[in-house]
Amino acid sequence: MRYSGLRVIKEALTGHRGWGPAWRDADPKPDYDYVIIGGGGHGLATAYYLAKKYGKSRIAVLEKGWIGGGNVGRNTTIIRSNYLLDGNEPFYELSLQLWENLEQELNYNAMVSQRGILNLFHTDAQRDAFIRRGNAMMLNGADADLMSTERILEKYPFLNVHNARFPIKGGLAQHRGGTVRHDAVAWGYARGADQHGVDIIQNCEVTGFRIEHGKVLGVETSRGYIGAKKVASCVAGSSSRVMEKAGMRLPIESHVLQAFVSEGLKPVLPGVITFGAGHFYCSQSDKGGLVFGGDLDGYNSYAQRGNLPVVEDVCEGGMAIFPMLGRVRLLRMWGGIMDMSMDGSPIIDQTHIEGLYFNGGWCYGGFKATPASGLVYAHLLATDTPHPTATAYRFDRFERGLMIDEKGMGNQPNLH
Amino acid sequence: MIIHHPILGPRDSAEFTYLGDANLIHRPDWQAEDALAQFTDYGYQRKNPAGVHRELWFHEQGDRSWLVVTRNTVTHEITKVELARDVARAEGRDT
Repeated sequence: MRYSGLRVIKEALTGHRGWGPAWRDADPKPDYDYVIIGGGGHGLATAYYLAKKYGKSRIAVLEKGWIGGGNVGRNTTIIRSNYLLDGNEPFYELSLQLWENLEQELNYNAMVSQRGILNLFHTDAQRDAFIRRGNAMMLNGADADLMSTERILEKYPFLNVHNARFPIKGGLAQHRGGTVRHDAVAWGYARGADQHGVDIIQNCEVTGFRIEHGKVLGVETSRGYIGAKKVASCVAGSSSRVMEKAGMRLPIESHVLQAFVSEGLKPVLPGVITFGAGHFYCSQSDKGGLVFGGDLDGYNSYAQRGNLPVVEDVCEGGMAIFPMLGRVRLLRMWGGIMDMSMDGSPIIDQTHIEGLYFNGGWCYGGFKATPASGLVYAHLLATDTPHPTATAYRFDRFERGLMIDEKGMGNQPNLH
Repeated sequence: MIIHHPILGPRDSAEFTYLGDANLIHRPDWQAEDALAQFTDYGYQRKNPAGVHRELWFHEQGDRSWLVVTRNTVTHEITKVELARDVARAEGRDT
C-alpha cells in the first residue's frame, strides 16, 4: 500500500479500516541466499538496498527480539556529516544525502528535520582545528559554516557564552545536519524491504554458525537451522557476542552510553548544539522533550544502564552553557551498548570465513550512518567488493597501521 | 560502583580511570619471531565478554595504584579486587 495525503483522507472517511500491517511477520524458510543477523536500522537498510538497488532475492533479516528494539531505538537521533578524515567523510556525506531523500525513497514519514548542528569551540587552537575540519568537509562536498559568537547568539540567545572555564568563542555549523524520528527509520526500511520480498523474522536469535572447511553454510537459531549462501552480521552493541560464536575476536569493546530526555517543553531549542569540551550535547524533539547526552561511562558493559557520576557530569555540562535548563525536570534516562572500536571508526568487511560478513564498531555514531551503512553493506554482499566510500573500513587496518582515528586517541576505546 | 581497594577500603569508582582487559599485563616479547602478530593481538583484539571480566583500573584520584578488578559486565557486580602488582607476580611477570 502506498501512503499519500489522498489515502489518509479516504481512510478518514471510511473509518480507517483499510490500513494493513506495514510488513509481514514472516516465518523462517529452510534456506536463503542472504541471511542478515540483526533487525535494527542497519540490518533492515542492508536488506532494503540489497533487494531494491542490487536486485537480489531470497533475503532474510533475523532479529532476536522485535525490530528496531536495539540501538536504533535508543539513540539521540542526530544526523550530520562533519568528519575530518578521508576514510570517513565521503561515507558520512553519502549518508546525509541519502537522509535528504529518505522519505521519498521509502514513501514513509521519518520526520527528517535539517535543523542544523553546531559544534562549539572555546580556544584559538580549537578554532584552528574546526576550520581545518570545515575545509575537509567542503572538499568532500559537505557544507560547513564557521559561526562567530554574535551569529550564534542571534540563533541561540539563551547560551551562556561567558562561562569562566569554557567561554564560547564560536562554532562550526553544518546546517544540513539535524534530527530524524529514529523508530520510523527502522519501520520505514522494514516496510520497504518487505515490499521487495525480504522476510523479516522476529524472535529468532542466532545461537551459532555452521561452518565447514572455512565456509559458512548457515546459522543455528532459536527457531531452527537456517541455511544461507551468505551470512551478514549487523548487530552493533553485541558484535563480540555474536562473532564469538564463529570463533572470532574483534577489535571492539562494548561500552554503555547514557542518554536523557526532559519533560516536554514549548519550542526553545531550534537546532542541535554540541558542547564537546563540557561533554554535553542537546536537541529538542518534535514532542518537546530536550534530548541530551554526554560521555561514555568508560568501562566495559552490556548492562544497558549506567551509573550516577556520568549523570551528574552531563547535567553539570548542560547547566554550564544552558542555564535555562535549571528548572527542567528529567523525564527518562537510559543506556545503550556501543561497539567501541579501537580507532573510533566502524568496520564493514568480509571475514576470514568464506560467506561470513561483518558490519559493526559504530561507536556512538551509528544512527547517522544508517542509510549509507545499509547501502555499502548491500554493495559488499552483492559484489564482494567494497563500496567506493567504504574502502577504509577493513579488519586489517589495525595490523597494517591504517587506523581511522579522528581525534588521534590511539587504541583506547573509551576515549573515542 | 564501589571498588573495594585492598589497601584503602571502599572507594567510589569515579576516583579511578579504566584501561581494559587485565591480560594487558602480559606484554608480548618484542624479539619473538611472530612479534607483529602478537602485538597486533595485544594492542587491538579483545575478548570483550558479556559476563565476568578481569580488568585494569588505575586509582588516579587516590594512591595511584593499579588494580585488577573482577566485575560482571552484565550486572556491574564486582566480585574481586587485587593489586595488579600481586597479580602480575603471581602470573609470572618478573618486571
